[in-house]
Amino acid sequence: MNSTNITTIYKRELRAYFNSPVAYVVIIVFLAIIGWFFSSNLFLSNVSSLYIMFDSFLVKILFMVFAPAITMRLLAEEKKSGTLELLTTKPVSDADIIIGKFLAAWTLLATTLIPTLFYFITVTFLGDLDAGPVFTGYLGLVLLGGVYVALGVLASSMTENQIIAFIVGFLIVLGFFMLDKVVMYAPQGFASTLEFLSTDYHYSSIARGVIDSRNLIYFASIIGFTLFLSVVSLERRKW
Amino acid sequence: MSIAVSNLTKVYGEQKAIDSISFDVKTGEILGFLGPNGAGKTTTMKIVTCYMPPTAGSVEIDGMNIFEQSLEVRRKIGYLPELNPLYLDMNVLEYLDYAALLHGVSRSHVSSRVREMVDVCGLESVRHKDIGELSKGYRQRVGLAQAMIHEPDVLILDEPTSGLDPNQIVEIRHLIKQLGRAKTVILSTHILSEVTATCDRVLIINEGKIVADGTPEQLQSDFRGVETLTVELHTSGGDPLQTVAPRLRSLPGVTAAELRSHTGPTCRFVLHTEKGSDIRPEVFRLAVSEQWTILELHRKATTLEEVFHKLTTV
Repeated sequence: MNSTNITTIYKRELRAYFNSPVAYVVIIVFLAIIGWFFSSNLFLSNVSSLYIMFDSFLVKILFMVFAPAITMRLLAEEKKSGTLELLTTKPVSDADIIIGKFLAAWTLLATTLIPTLFYFITVTFLGDLDAGPVFTGYLGLVLLGGVYVALGVLASSMTENQIIAFIVGFLIVLGFFMLDKVVMYAPQGFASTLEFLSTDYHYSSIARGVIDSRNLIYFASIIGFTLFLSVVSLERRKW
Repeated sequence: MSIAVSNLTKVYGEQKAIDSISFDVKTGEILGFLGPNGAGKTTTMKIVTCYMPPTAGSVEIDGMNIFEQSLEVRRKIGYLPELNPLYLDMNVLEYLDYAALLHGVSRSHVSSRVREMVDVCGLESVRHKDIGELSKGYRQRVGLAQAMIHEPDVLILDEPTSGLDPNQIVEIRHLIKQLGRAKTVILSTHILSEVTATCDRVLIINEGKIVADGTPEQLQSDFRGVETLTVELHTSGGDPLQTVAPRLRSLPGVTAAELRSHTGPTCRFVLHTEKGSDIRPEVFRLAVSEQWTILELHRKATTLEEVFHKLTTV
């Protein structure tokens, strides 16, 4: 791994997002949907909370769609246009490429959360809000987004077709999300494993305000392992 | 920086793209890779540039194995792939910066290297344009610029002049020749005149095998078969078959002399000569001694085109 290479690739990908409509569409659509649910919920239930942000499925579902949408072109497009050949014949390791691209997509997804701080400020003005769980809630969403983006990168590394990358990425992310929801149908003894593997299970304990090292290790290892698989998938050209 | 390729084989499924190829390239040599489409030129280049491993065989660049010391090897190579893939959403300067950094050019040198390449490759007028807006010729120059930005010792160019107009082709050839003095260059092409114009050595490859290896001149003389010499003479008159033909046939090296046409004192002969012999001086001396006037004299030598055609068609 070489930090100069990672930074160079990271900057190029981030610039590609912000030089095209992609970044703006993602940020605006995200903000509009969250905003609509946030305001209607706030006035209906008359409680000052960020329930919509951290406890409902809304952000998770949006992430589930946006993560594969912003990662689908990362490797699939390079494979299709042939630029991957140019990139991989430069003195850059496959891991540098994957990490740089992953970090860029993760940054974009995390950026969508920044405008929602406005809701946090609004709610703080309206009533009492404990800042602690808000902070851990954001941390949880960022980590959750990291897992989704990593899975999206993996999907993109497997194909040269962006649409396939999107669909496969979405299905994998959906699978991880569903793991703890199908526990009741799982055979005995298997349930706890399923629950442990589920992203949602670990997210909710962080969102509740508990930063447990086990949860952090879970997110880090899922991201790490997924990126490792992406590197392997990229190296498939050599098989 | 020398390149040693030994027994390189690449199999795609059932098909052998290249079959046990071996060759060496010395420092400062410009090697032309010639062959019909699908002969294995691109495959060989993709292996030498560490893009994909061979099925068997090895490549060493300056003694370093391309897969064991892949990163070091890649630092020394500049590569222009076949279809010149580029990021169309980046502008020229951004892209060259990016290529320079990834090639390991230190941050303090990036801008001076980029400026130099913009200069050398004639990109001054388009440097702020997106690559997607550029014409094919300019894109090709951007491709060459990114391949040379880190001053590589080895340049591997897959069809570097494709899509360029004749003036640009001359410029690029000139550039390659100039660079080739200090670097080792492998370039592939199917334009034969390009090889004669730029390369020190030619490797003709067909169906995955090397069928010829040598300087363009060597190849031309090696594959020269029967040569023909056309001569048109103004004689003092009479039947050329009686007066001229026997004299021509008596010249050393001439196997046959055919009369093609004659009108009055002017006659035209085609002489068949043995391989490798050039009898133009003898024809000239004979004409002087016989007081004939030579109106036309030309030798039809085997061109590289014919060599290529002979070697690559069964």
